[in-house]
Amino acid sequence: MTRNLSVELTPSQTIGPFFHDALIDEDRSELVAPDHPSVIRIEGTVYDGAGDVVPDAMVEIWQANPAGRYNDPKDDREDLPLGPETFSGFGRSATVDGGKFYFVTLKPGALPDPRGQAQAPHIWVSVFARGLLKRAVTRLYFPEEEEANQSDPVLSSIEDPELRRTLIVVDEGGFLRFDIRLQGDNQTLFFGFPDE
Amino acid sequence: MRQPRTSEIAGLRSEDNGLPPYLYPDYVATRLRAPKKPLIILPKTLSDITAPTFGRELVGELDSDLTRQHEDEPLGERIIVYGRVLDGDGRPVRDSLVEIWQANAAGRYTHHLDRHPAPLDPNFSGAGRCLTDRDGRYRFVTIKPGAYPWKNHHNAWRPAHIHFSLFGEAFRSRLITQMYFPGDPLFGQDPIFQSVGDPKARELMISTFDLETTIPEWALAYRFDIVLEGRHATPMENH
Repeated sequence: MTRNLSVELTPSQTIGPFFHDALIDEDRSELVAPDHPSVIRIEGTVYDGAGDVVPDAMVEIWQANPAGRYNDPKDDREDLPLGPETFSGFGRSATVDGGKFYFVTLKPGALPDPRGQAQAPHIWVSVFARGLLKRAVTRLYFPEEEEANQSDPVLSSIEDPELRRTLIVVDEGGFLRFDIRLQGDNQTLFFGFPDE
Repeated sequence: MRQPRTSEIAGLRSEDNGLPPYLYPDYVATRLRAPKKPLIILPKTLSDITAPTFGRELVGELDSDLTRQHEDEPLGERIIVYGRVLDGDGRPVRDSLVEIWQANAAGRYTHHLDRHPAPLDPNFSGAGRCLTDRDGRYRFVTIKPGAYPWKNHHNAWRPAHIHFSLFGEAFRSRLITQMYFPGDPLFGQDPIFQSVGDPKARELMISTFDLETTIPEWALAYRFDIVLEGRHATPMENH
């Protein structure tokens, strides 16, 4: 089939500065109750290329549950439990003054990639903002998963250790810090998707 | 007068898939926010087949009719905006969340940071959502948004547009875009619209006036079909 799909995909445009009433009208930064026994809290700041905070970004996360299963019927690995009951795996947090966002969630389990190779526990992160004509996509990993991180097919494909480090949260005791630098020498690593 | 396009001089190219590039200097806010390091292309086998799903309980009856969310009707030209959400293979994207937001007929958002000295409309919030049906169809009733000025360059105006947020069936399908109206005279000076380099791809962001769907003596209709990435992904291990 030689049909060129690239011309037909609807192009991306910036989220702009005025999305809050439509997209943040209900709180989606807490995926579980803050008193859940296994809760983790992720906090971060979005910075621009001048090192200034970005107070009008929207950060989204998408993750598997603690058993490593996604809350999507297309993930039909029925041997793995779903839940906890209200756990959607999807979160959305707007940055506010100071450029800060946060999520209250559960640590995802490890999961196989489609070839069966294990992926380390990770969370997909999307960043949208005025001045971003399309989203920036990255993945968040956990420092205590050293061994799993070593063999993770995505992390291990990144040769530069400095870049790799931008994907691993910093345990600040009480919360996990995941700062996102859109531009500059210490820019966060962002991913692209392969051609279909 | 047309602004000089630094992007034409700098030889920046629009990236693959008709997507805009991150850096488009004519759109000033991209200069400090555009990632500049090369993207790491994910291994092909990891194309994720999952995406967030949302139940019907999330969407209220009036969420897709932006003209009925208040006591009275908003001012402006009442319009129907409808279309289909399709994947890269042309298949309908079913039961998928569509979120929209827009300025009122005077070109003003309800947002507290919008300082454009145009009137707010107490009967218009400008936010809507719905789920696509079995055939990927969605439909909103709203009013036509006004153009508005912004400070990107001297005498800069955004063409009238409605923001769209879509999820699709895979993580890679996620899209936020803007729907424009046919024949808008402001396209030429708008760097956000022009950031999509391919004129054919730009046309995909422009809705089509649809006389047939227009409801006589009530509302004009615009059709906007959306094509998202996705669907060639490798199934998960135990399929």
